[in-house]
Amino acid sequence: MERISLAEVRHVAQLARLQLSDEELAVLQGELSSLLDHVEAIVALPTEGVAPTAHPLPLSNVLRPDVPGPCLEQRDALAAAPEAAEGRFLVPRILGEAP
Amino acid sequence: MPEGFDLVVGLEVHCELSTATKLFCACPNAFGSEPNTNVCPVCLGLPGSLPVLNERAVEFAIRIGRALNCEVRPAVFHRKNYFYPDMPKDYQITQYDEPTNVDGFLELRDGSRVGIVRAHIEEDTGKSTHLGGSGRIHGADHSLIDYNRAGVPLVEIVSAPDITSAAQAREYVSELRAVLVATGASDGRMEEGSLRVDANVSVRPAGAAELGTRCEIKNLNSLRSLVRAIEHEAARQAALVSAGGVVRQETRHWDEEAGVTHPLRSKEEAYDYRYFPEPDLVPLVPDAELIERAEAAIGLMPAARRERLVALVGEGDSPGLADQVQTAIELSLDQLVLDAVAAGAEPRLALARAANEAAAKAEGARALSATAFAELLGLESAGTLSATQSKQVLAVLIDEGGAPAEIARRLGFEALEGGEVESIIDEVVAANTAEWERYLAGDEKVAGFLLGQVMKASKGRANGKIVAAALAKRRG
Amino acid sequence: MTLLGRGVAGIAAAVRSKEASAREVLAESLAAIEQLEGELHCFHTVMAERAEAAAAALDEKVARGEDPGLLAGVPVALKDNMCTKGTVTTCSSRILENWVPPYDATVVTRLRAAGAVVVGKTNLDEFAMGSSTENSAFGPTRNPWDTARVPGGSSGGSAAAVAAGMVPLAYGSDTGGSIRQPASLCGVVGVKPTYGLVSRYGLVAFASSLDQIGPFTLSVADSALGLEAVAGHDPADSTSIDRPATSYAGLLEEGVEGLRVGLIEDFVSEVSPSCAEAARAAAEALGAAGAKVEEVSIPEVLHGLPAYYVIAPAEASSNLARYDGVRYGLRVGGPDVAAMNARTRGAGFGKEVRRRVMVGTYALSAGYYDAYYGQAQRVRTLVVEAFARAYERFDVLVAPMTPSEAFRLGEKTANPLDMYVSDVCAVPSNLAGHPAVSVPFALGAEGLPVGVQVLAPALGEGLMYRAAAVLEQAAPPAARGPVRPGGERRA
Ligand SMILES: [Mg+2]
Ligand SMILES: [Zn+2]
Repeated sequence: MERISLAEVRHVAQLARLQLSDEELAVLQGELSSLLDHVEAIVALPTEGVAPTAHPLPLSNVLRPDVPGPCLEQRDALAAAPEAAEGRFLVPRILGEAP
Repeated sequence: MPEGFDLVVGLEVHCELSTATKLFCACPNAFGSEPNTNVCPVCLGLPGSLPVLNERAVEFAIRIGRALNCEVRPAVFHRKNYFYPDMPKDYQITQYDEPTNVDGFLELRDGSRVGIVRAHIEEDTGKSTHLGGSGRIHGADHSLIDYNRAGVPLVEIVSAPDITSAAQAREYVSELRAVLVATGASDGRMEEGSLRVDANVSVRPAGAAELGTRCEIKNLNSLRSLVRAIEHEAARQAALVSAGGVVRQETRHWDEEAGVTHPLRSKEEAYDYRYFPEPDLVPLVPDAELIERAEAAIGLMPAARRERLVALVGEGDSPGLADQVQTAIELSLDQLVLDAVAAGAEPRLALARAANEAAAKAEGARALSATAFAELLGLESAGTLSATQSKQVLAVLIDEGGAPAEIARRLGFEALEGGEVESIIDEVVAANTAEWERYLAGDEKVAGFLLGQVMKASKGRANGKIVAAALAKRRG
Repeated sequence: MTLLGRGVAGIAAAVRSKEASAREVLAESLAAIEQLEGELHCFHTVMAERAEAAAAALDEKVARGEDPGLLAGVPVALKDNMCTKGTVTTCSSRILENWVPPYDATVVTRLRAAGAVVVGKTNLDEFAMGSSTENSAFGPTRNPWDTARVPGGSSGGSAAAVAAGMVPLAYGSDTGGSIRQPASLCGVVGVKPTYGLVSRYGLVAFASSLDQIGPFTLSVADSALGLEAVAGHDPADSTSIDRPATSYAGLLEEGVEGLRVGLIEDFVSEVSPSCAEAARAAAEALGAAGAKVEEVSIPEVLHGLPAYYVIAPAEASSNLARYDGVRYGLRVGGPDVAAMNARTRGAGFGKEVRRRVMVGTYALSAGYYDAYYGQAQRVRTLVVEAFARAYERFDVLVAPMTPSEAFRLGEKTANPLDMYVSDVCAVPSNLAGHPAVSVPFALGAEGLPVGVQVLAPALGEGLMYRAAAVLEQAAPPAARGPVRPGGERRA
């Protein structure tokens, strides 16, 4: 019994915006499952009352003054664009508004 | 509200902050530039770029929090992950479960309080325009993306579900806008998208304790759409429940032209944002000094300013007066009125000119010299300028500055000499002998006609009051 | 002796004194690259023209009597995940195959300011995900000691380029051992500095809370110079430590007399006999030099690997979302933008990257966050606290660097977990944000170099280098580069 179902793998691929073939999904199901088995060693560790560490440095309040600096030229901003028109990045049609 | 139902509304207001630069980079925070010119590696999400938090955006956010009676707390930025082409990194940096401002309230004009759950800092997205088809997102062939707005600082103000009518929702947004402008953190312009409102709407059987399922309505670009959308959505949900149906939790789009809301996404596409602490930023822990500095910079709140203004012009015996007071407060023109009155202007005239004529050019009007404004109102009160002339002079004064009397002369609004008025009356009498006879015989109906003829012959330079007096004098 | 053979400090001194020109040094470097690149494949891009212009400009600066900088005329190679304005930066990925950044990483700016001459961009595992440099979309790099073997990874191109004597100094990035592990496998010195010591601005992110840039060199003294040149506060990186840069060169002679040294026994039992023996011998060498050496058990460090393989992919899944075909890089067209995104990413990312993006997405997703990502962060705290306790008793810690000597190409590509285990001794330092160095210390049973790791608390680079310098003295010269392909010693 794999730790993660094929349907879950498919759902995760969708969340990650990765188009994968059925074969690739099946391989990933096995790999993800064995990786999760490996990770199980820490999932079971008692950590009640332990604060999470998101960051190795005890820094806070790193701020910059509200002073304008140089921008890219429009042509440099668009230079690497796969497609552009009218000074903007061109993309295929968008289905649905932002969530 | 449909019979037998209670309405429950919570509002999410996104407010763009009036900083000089974006939230995480030094690009100008400017509206209306050429596309993709206010961009850099950071706000384009180029590989390797990193965000650095704008100090002033933080101060503005705290001003807003304190003005809304919030507790200001240590905060952690998170990443909200979802793919959308107007978002350069395909995640939004926002505050999640530890926002800067929590637990406040806004008191409305009628004394009711709407709870503020949180007011958190986040970055804005870019803007897309849609090509082909209808020019709207649906049916378009392609979209074009401009990232000038990407990374502009926002504060998202989330109200408690304390609002019980569309009218109260309108009142909330309008008062909130006045508060935001008063803090100096925002220009409050809904039409330019500086203020954007989403409404969470639900209904429940009258008196029921449990909340109904809510729908989130997007695309509310004006107070008018807000009211219409809430009314429509309430009616839709009530009809659905009355007919034995259930309301589905979903996001709906307000269609201004059709006057209806329609669903944006189906349930199976529900998003999973995978929030986690933003590792490229460190916690924001406002210290007492920063909070004090922010508080000190907050102007007098609208409620207090409203009181002050009402004390000056009196309670409204005409319904228009209360509206004028509110407009002046919302647009922060009340200080101008106060200063003009202190400089000798007549209070109600000052308020009327501020709330009606100056309001159209509010930004310029806020910078207007109160002395010049008072001088202009003095000319109007004395009858040297007619109301129409005074309004025209005011428009020039706001745009260009200068001395009102000088502007009036330039526009040809010099009051006519007494002799000139008399000679024009002579001409009018000679050209309209029949009407003049009727006037002399006591026919009041013709008085207005004669006055109009004199004004016309003077090309608007004569003062109506003076002409009327001169006509009356000839009749004896 | 060749100019390159003088090392970083020697070259800078020669160029500064006009004994040699930056152009002469560069010519040696370009010739070595020309000669060896075909066999080793260390580089994606060799910037010969730009480098020649930079060397000429530096020579003029010297001629004008101006200070040419700490790294005057030193040829430098950069892992190809550091942005170079106007020069393609690929991260060894199809998705960025032709991407030319419009800006320089802060390290690049600093290196140029220090007089270094950037000669090229080196091969890596795609987006720095890997331990062998086999996960490069453009072919693997080979270990100069034995071209049938991997150089380690992910900074394999930089490690091998220094080991083969193509450049005296190269930079890599270390997220979970990606500098130290290839340094160990190639017989060179590799340092992962304290998190926040070197700016990450312009380093293409893999896992933001773990990534650090650091130097590869043939000697400890050169490493200290290479680190000093790029370290120091950068306002463009919010996680940069706001402290003036320090010079480590003066500390190297101080020795370890009286220092308290702990040998982490939990790692010793995890590695091959040769690697374990090297670590024990290193501890003894420090003892012989006057340090007080003890074995210490820090069992929490063994939780590091599973915690790392949750945290790093989770951050990566978010960092790599931006490669969506909209603004730069590869686009594979589709009927709508979501389809275009998915096709682009499916085709543009290699296997290992797709795998880690999947793991990371899963670990952050609704219902799993707390069990995986949240738990891994709490375990991270346990690791940090365990180190803190250890550093109450010890000034520095010593450990093996890798579980084995360099393995054969293809040996560990079938099962990802086999490869992941390469980082077991490395990742705790990344989780804690502490500095660590791999020093070449022995030749193993297979005749290949074996490194030993010195770990220090945050900002303990000075102590770390002092211990490393002592180990360098104690190590047999045969254990370190430069070597020609096949392990032949270079003159
Ligand atoms: Mg939001
Ligand atoms: Zn920017």
